[in-house]
Amino acid sequence: MDALSPEAMLTFYRRLYPFKSVYGWLNHDHMPTRLWTHREFAFTLAGDVYVRYKSYNNSDELKADVCKLNPSRFEIGPVYSARPRDKKTLRTLTPMQRELVFDIDMTDYDEIRTCCADANICKKCWKWISAAVKVLDQAIREQYGYEQLLWVYSGRRGIHLWISDAEALELTDQQRKAVVGWMNVVYPAVEGTKRPNIRTSTRSLPPPLAAAREILLPYFSDIVLEEQDCFGSEEGYEKLLDFIPDKKIADALKKKWSADPHKPSSSKWIDLKNEVKALEKHQRPPLMAAMEDIVLHYTYPRIDAEVSKHRNHLLKAPFCVHPKTGRVCVPVDPRGIDSFDPEKVPTIAQLLGELDALIPVDGQENQPESDVQRTSLAPYVELLDKYSTSLMDLKRRQKQDPDVLSW
Amino acid sequence: MFKSSERKPFQQDSVTYQGSSSSHLQYPHRLNFYDKPPLFDVAIEEFETCALDRLRVLAEIESSAARNRTWEESTLAVRTQCDKHLVMKPNSSKYDDLDEQRRKDHLSHFVLRLAFCRSEDLRRRYVKAESTLFRMRYEDDAHADREAFLNSRDFNCLPVPADEKAKYHTELSSLYFAPSKNEAERKAAFEREKYFKVKWTRVPDLVEKRRVFLNRGWAYVPSQEQSSIIFQEFESRLEKALEMTARLLPRLDEDTRLIPILNNLSQGFIAGSSSDWMGENGDNANGEELKAEMIDDMSKRHFPMCMKTLHDRLQRDNHLKHFGRLQYGLFLKVLGLSVEEAIVFWRKSFSRITDDKFNKEYRYNIRHTYGLEGKRANYPAKNCLQVMAPGAQEYGCPYKTYNPDNLQSALLSTYSHLGLKAADLPDIMQLVGAHSYHTACTRVFEVTHGSCGVKKGDGLNGEHVTHPNQYAAHSRELYKAAAGGGSSEDMVVVTS
Repeated sequence: MDALSPEAMLTFYRRLYPFKSVYGWLNHDHMPTRLWTHREFAFTLAGDVYVRYKSYNNSDELKADVCKLNPSRFEIGPVYSARPRDKKTLRTLTPMQRELVFDIDMTDYDEIRTCCADANICKKCWKWISAAVKVLDQAIREQYGYEQLLWVYSGRRGIHLWISDAEALELTDQQRKAVVGWMNVVYPAVEGTKRPNIRTSTRSLPPPLAAAREILLPYFSDIVLEEQDCFGSEEGYEKLLDFIPDKKIADALKKKWSADPHKPSSSKWIDLKNEVKALEKHQRPPLMAAMEDIVLHYTYPRIDAEVSKHRNHLLKAPFCVHPKTGRVCVPVDPRGIDSFDPEKVPTIAQLLGELDALIPVDGQENQPESDVQRTSLAPYVELLDKYSTSLMDLKRRQKQDPDVLSW
Repeated sequence: MFKSSERKPFQQDSVTYQGSSSSHLQYPHRLNFYDKPPLFDVAIEEFETCALDRLRVLAEIESSAARNRTWEESTLAVRTQCDKHLVMKPNSSKYDDLDEQRRKDHLSHFVLRLAFCRSEDLRRRYVKAESTLFRMRYEDDAHADREAFLNSRDFNCLPVPADEKAKYHTELSSLYFAPSKNEAERKAAFEREKYFKVKWTRVPDLVEKRRVFLNRGWAYVPSQEQSSIIFQEFESRLEKALEMTARLLPRLDEDTRLIPILNNLSQGFIAGSSSDWMGENGDNANGEELKAEMIDDMSKRHFPMCMKTLHDRLQRDNHLKHFGRLQYGLFLKVLGLSVEEAIVFWRKSFSRITDDKFNKEYRYNIRHTYGLEGKRANYPAKNCLQVMAPGAQEYGCPYKTYNPDNLQSALLSTYSHLGLKAADLPDIMQLVGAHSYHTACTRVFEVTHGSCGVKKGDGLNGEHVTHPNQYAAHSRELYKAAAGGGSSEDMVVVTS
């Protein structure tokens, strides 16, 4: 069977896609609530037909519709003030709740990665994503106090984060914009330079970035200096020199490196450090700040701001299949992010092959739940199940004992 | 009747009347978050008048914003308005009836809430104006009074205890912004600073710029930033309250006394700031009173064609039909003619009728135009589109209604002393032919004000004429500027 043929997708949806788990995760409950019934789904059908404002009363309805229409992928939107499918009869439809989402895409790192380009991805450049996941995970938990985080591989070269805490669901567009602003380090650069605009008058890094720097330093030496050798080429080290505020030092380094342009990045970095050490103590701070900026620029998470800012943004559902790679968008445990290998994620071809090879167990013919359990998709579904159970427990507890400090 | 021994000594009370003993007042603080609606009986008159007064202040705020004034200028302008209509003295002033002022403020706020909750646009503008007013008053307030106000109301800001502050010392101090550059001074100021914890969702702008320390969803805010929290709280509460009011408005159990007043108020708001031409009676650019005698002169120099025609016809026939009177009367009102002067002007223009007849038939209507009779609507002057609306030929826009030949001769006779020549006419007639009457009028403006430095294409500050008063006001301004601030009535007309 051809990997991405409609028949393959249909089999996938019929026998493997964990509708009930996704339902549990979005609904936070066994019985359908508004979080599900008023939730928008959007399907991408064959021929790039895009159908929006679909909504369902329970997970079986979603499954039936997906199997009927066989979309190449479908996306999840916000919870609206009314059922999206009634849109035509309503005057207004406003988004009420929506998970706080982040999207980290490798394309945003294209300007600094050397191992792959465009749509390709490998274990080496994935390390940037690991760094980003670590920083973001810790930052969100520590600084915002959110705990219900779900990381989902986007199927090719990125990762999504869905935050389902009660407060996060209720955030307005303005508040989401604030979170994006707080998170966006690399892009809003200081005028005329490429340095991230992160410092206030006191020159030291704001607390969240100081914490991030600690996580990122080892990744910097590993990825940037060693594996990717970002400063190994002339183009690479020119970019580095752009960050250095002191012209004398920049010129000195430029001379040194143009003599040996392909010197490894790690030794170039040592050259830079030596230049700084050679300065007087009181002259060092701006350069040390520049070095911190460099570390951050080359490793700090680069998020797609537009995805997070608006409540009505539609984001691909977990466990969809990526049409170009055939890989399933599986959830990822952030604690094991360093050992995650995007090239080992199950593909639809692989899964269907596993299904074919299954020997039917007596008395359990074609039960979707047991099918999944016997394929390599099982651990991922289990991850989502465990997570959605915890969400449901949390909700039950909150109903019994409403949170006092909730203003 | 009274035993002198039982009488309290007269002076004793006044000593304790300083600032903090405002507790005997019903409204202990000048600032008000308007949490509770007024629960006292109010006469309809007062209902309306205090709302109108507040409306003037809010209109001033809006127009300051529209004119891009700086914060200081706006505050000054608004304060003048407040002193005239909605005075609010601080607790330290001894001789004012503070309760009475604050009661009026409280009442007017809630009346305007009713008037402006109806549409999204009105709500937004009202919230913006009220928030600005609150902010101005907040900044104006004495420090002690402000503290008292903040303590009186629960803002859900948890003060940060000293040990917690010490725990996060490095993080907090790295973000602390002090006005002085000196490191030691900054540290000292930091030690003194009190911190508050609020949920980060209440200070999204500070979070966005990474200017606060964030921990487990709580933002640690120094007290200098506290004001922004207060303002935001005010704004969001007002928004929510307005939405609720809008939903409940249909249930207003009333006997047709209030609805007209409320409609009238919201009309004033709409008409007022869409063009700045809702000047108060007597309030005009020159700062001088516009007198009846001045109108004729002004008509020769500053009026657009439509108004000039009306004026001329009035002088020639000593009469104008109803719609003509309405159009011209409103124009004069917004030009700055007070109601007394208007009555004089019209009386003189209607020279052929007796006093009695005038008083009986026309005086009431003039007063009605100024919002002093009947439903007290403050009608705005008609803009060009309204003037051009289909109607009789005698009023309306001459560029539209006159046939081309008549228009040309009329233009020449009206404006040639201001520099309009026959050579300019083809241009204008072409615009008229293309039905672009606004542009034709603008072109005439440009030509007749060439002596004031207006060139072709300049328009009225870069815009087309959309309102007869706009034409007149700009014309007066230009003459005033060209004369170096002297009275425009002394201007010698220069032909180009």
